[in-house]
Parts: sequence; C-alpha cells; structure tokens
Amino acid sequence: MDFLNYAFMQRALLAAVLVGVTAPAIGIYLVQRRQALMGDGIGHVAMTGVGLGFLLSTSPVWMATAVSVLGALLMELIRWYGRTRGDIALAMLFYGGMAGGVMFINIAPTGSNANLMTYLFGSLSTVSQSDVLAICLLAAFVVLVTLVLRRQMFAVNQDEEFARVLGLPVRALNLLTAVTAAVTVTVAMRVVGLLLVSALMVVPVAAAQQLARSFAATFAIAVAIGVTVTVSGTITSFYQDVPPGATIVLLTIAAFAALTVLAAPLARRRARAATAAEPGGDPAQCVIPVARGTAEEINA
Amino acid sequence: METTEPVISLRGVRADLGARPVLRGIDLTVRRGEVVALLGANGSGKSTAIRALIGQVPVTDGTVELFGTPRRAFRDWARVGYVPQRTTAAGGVPATVAEIVSSGRIARTRFGLFRRDDRDAVRHALEQVGMADRAKDAVTALSGGQHQRVLIARALVARPELLIMDEPMAGVDLASQEVLARTLKDQVKAGTTVLLVLHELGPLEPLIDRAVVLRDGRVLHDGPPPSAVGRHDPRPGHDHVHPHAPEPIRTGLLS
Repeated sequence: MDFLNYAFMQRALLAAVLVGVTAPAIGIYLVQRRQALMGDGIGHVAMTGVGLGFLLSTSPVWMATAVSVLGALLMELIRWYGRTRGDIALAMLFYGGMAGGVMFINIAPTGSNANLMTYLFGSLSTVSQSDVLAICLLAAFVVLVTLVLRRQMFAVNQDEEFARVLGLPVRALNLLTAVTAAVTVTVAMRVVGLLLVSALMVVPVAAAQQLARSFAATFAIAVAIGVTVTVSGTITSFYQDVPPGATIVLLTIAAFAALTVLAAPLARRRARAATAAEPGGDPAQCVIPVARGTAEEINA
Repeated sequence: METTEPVISLRGVRADLGARPVLRGIDLTVRRGEVVALLGANGSGKSTAIRALIGQVPVTDGTVELFGTPRRAFRDWARVGYVPQRTTAAGGVPATVAEIVSSGRIARTRFGLFRRDDRDAVRHALEQVGMADRAKDAVTALSGGQHQRVLIARALVARPELLIMDEPMAGVDLASQEVLARTLKDQVKAGTTVLLVLHELGPLEPLIDRAVVLRDGRVLHDGPPPSAVGRHDPRPGHDHVHPHAPEPIRTGLLS
C-alpha cells in the first residue's frame, strides 16, 4: 500500500473514486434515452474549454466545465429544433470543439500539445489540489441530480411522451440530463481523459445489464463496477507506469466480457424458470386451437 | 361539479408534422363520464390529435383545453392517465414491471418521494390488470399484450379521472384483450372519462358512447358509433381482415 504515501496518488485515487461513481450514474440515463455517445460529443466540445483555460490562464477544469455545459445545452437545443439537420449540426459542434481546443492551446503561451495530451487521455501526476476541490464539488452536483431526482429522471428518459402527461418539466429535465453529463465529463477529465470518459459512462452500464433485471440493480452494479475499475486502474497505472485512462477503459471492457460469460448460464436458468412458471408456455405442451370455421358456419 | 363540464375541448386545432399539415381544424369535445373513440385510417391524424392534446405535438392554430383550463396553463396532471402507443415506451436499460408502473405515480407524490399509499397504489394497479405476480420481472420479458397491460397499470396508478389511450388493442393477444376490456369497463363504471384511439371498435364496442371519425386531418363523423359494414363475427378476438378492401375502408366506418 506504499502508493498511499504519495500526495499526488491520494488526490488521484479520490478523483478516481468520484469518477467511478458519477460516470455510470449519469451514463445510465444516457443509455436509457439511447444517447450513449452523448458523453463522447461533450468530451470533444470540452477540449475548447481546456484550450481556453490555458489561453486565459484560468483553471482548465472550470473553463472546461463552462464550455461543455454550454455545448451540452446547445446539443439539446439542436435536438429540439434541428430535427432533420440535427446530426450535421452536432458533427460541426463536436469537431469545431476539438479543433478549437488544439488551436487555443497552441497559441497559449503556457500550453503545449503535451499538456493537451494529459487532458485527452488522463494523467495521475497532474491532478492538483485545486483540481480535487473542483472535482469534489462537481461530483456532488452529479450525485445529487442522479439520486435525488432519480424517479423524475427515470420517467423522462424512459418515455418522454408519458412524462409530459405526468406534468414533469420535460424540457428542464432534458437540459438537466445534458448539463449533468457535461459536468461528469469534466469530473472524469483529469484521471480518465476527455476522449475516454464516454466509455466509463456506457460500458459499466452495459456490463451491469448482463446481470440485472431492474433499473435500480443496474444502477447499483454499474456504480460498483465503475469504482472497482477506476481504483484498480489507477493503482495499476502507478505500478506499471502506463496511462491511467487507457488502463481503466481496458479493465472496464474486460469486466464487461467477464460478466457476459458469467451471465449466460444465469440467463438460461431464468428463461427456463419463466417457461415453467407460465401455463402453456412450453410450446410442446400447449393446446393448438381448432381452425376457425368458415363465415357460413359462424353465421349459421 | 357540473356534469356537462367538458373534460377535453379542442377547437379549430391545426398541427403540422414537418411541412405536412396533419390536423386541419379539428373540433372535439369530451364531457365528463363519456367514452369517446377516435377512429380513422392510418395517417388520418388520430394519433396526432391525441399528441396535440397532451402537448407532445405543437399546435399551430386553435385552442386546447383540459378540464376547462388552457393546456399551457394546466397543472393538475394527476387527473389525467395516458397510455401511449407501446412502441414509444422502450428505454435502453432494463426496468421491472413495478418500476415502470411506479413512474406513473409521480404526479401524485411530492417531489417524487414515495410513501406507503404510493406503494399500495402500485400493487393495486398491477392487480387490476392481472400482472401483480410479474411485478419483479423485466418488461422486456413480457409479451406485447402483457406489456400493454403494464402501460395501462402505469396510467391507472395515479387514479385519473380522464384516461387517454392510443391504440390500446394494437398487437394485443386475446387473453390480454379480455383483461383490457374488463379493466376499462370497471373504469367506466367508476365514472372515468375515456378518450381512445382505435383502429376499429372491436371488443370495446359496447363501452363506447360516441365515435369521432377523422379523415385527412378533419372530422368526418361525430356521433353514435357507426355499425360495421358487412357481417362480422361478434366474438372478441375475431380478426377483421378485408383482403379485398383498400386501406381507407379498413375500419368499415367510412363508407
């Protein structure tokens, strides 16, 4: 446990735990509304924020938060009003955001492509004291939204039309989902990196689905997987001197593969139990009804 | 409350989907305790009329009122139960029957906090549609008819005064059709007002007070339910297939 003696590792591990909780917690709602790749798009947009942070010599984390929240709001507005041209507008937003990031960081006096790399793919040694404070505050917001408003978030992301008849503020909740996803991207940015953060929003949820039947269980298992892979990935990264973001994402995919293999017999047993419980569920034993008579027979 | 108060009132409602006008001036009034069927061929605007009523489709002209209040100002959504077309209600994450039905109770809770009566209401709504034993199953494991029963339980769990249903019988097996017809009958007996989109009257025919038939976004008929053309097997579940008839006559109501 000697890694705990290093202050930078304590900070990195705290950030890793918060990423492990928040990324799947908001990711489950993105998967539910079938926008699994939204986090990836926000990650691209956040690059402009990082670049602006260097250019204006302010904190890249807060600047990235501001820019990605704006980007996420813009994505939601494009989704409402864009309709047919929406995907092209989104593509321009994503690649414009990425190009802006590269440009700003290169013209900034203190920035370099090496700095940018630590934001793209994550880095342990660069998580500063002020980063940790920012990450804690942002993570608290994400946890608040995803847990306290879980029933409202579930309803609106499950069936938007029905949520409207529940009287829920559908637009506000959609915007809140987008903003929360944007905030999560910047929480994860330091440890996992902007380009890999989306994996941590989606893959733990997909892995949890292999075991769970309910939304609540999927949520709990996904967060458990998230924390396990971010913490073990961070420690592995320290000892093996490999990039943390890549280690964490590869571990997450390994967890998905392992759970898929483990879950196959479980799914078979559940299917068998369901057929046994249902009368006439076994096709070999059901009674085949006699053919319907002709119109004359019926009317006779 | 006066018995003649209109629960639903659409006046001169127009709506477009993209550039295409789908509703071209619809008038529709449903009074307390009435059971009204909205009929018409595919593309006649019946689902759009329902979605304009709940605010899912923007209205370009005309007025929409619920319980005498303009829809934009209407806040009392716990009085309305809604059953959308089954295909719209699928999320990308597994959810149990109980979780789906619970979401219908939010309108009766304060900030989504569940108390004991809320949990009781969920159990009761599942009993009404005969799905109490499947509460912990994933909705993806259900048949089309069972899924439809769950969506109806989700609408009933808030004990609404008005039920709005979009094609509740589409793709539903015989056993579930009977459960649905019985559930609806109990609701009507208890005084619930019902507006439902149907492709044809089918087994719900005896419950329906009035039929409104749409064609090309206009009201073609508003009155007693027209009787079906030709001789039909009156037993529920009989499939009304008219291979010789073109699509608009398929409901048997337009000629």
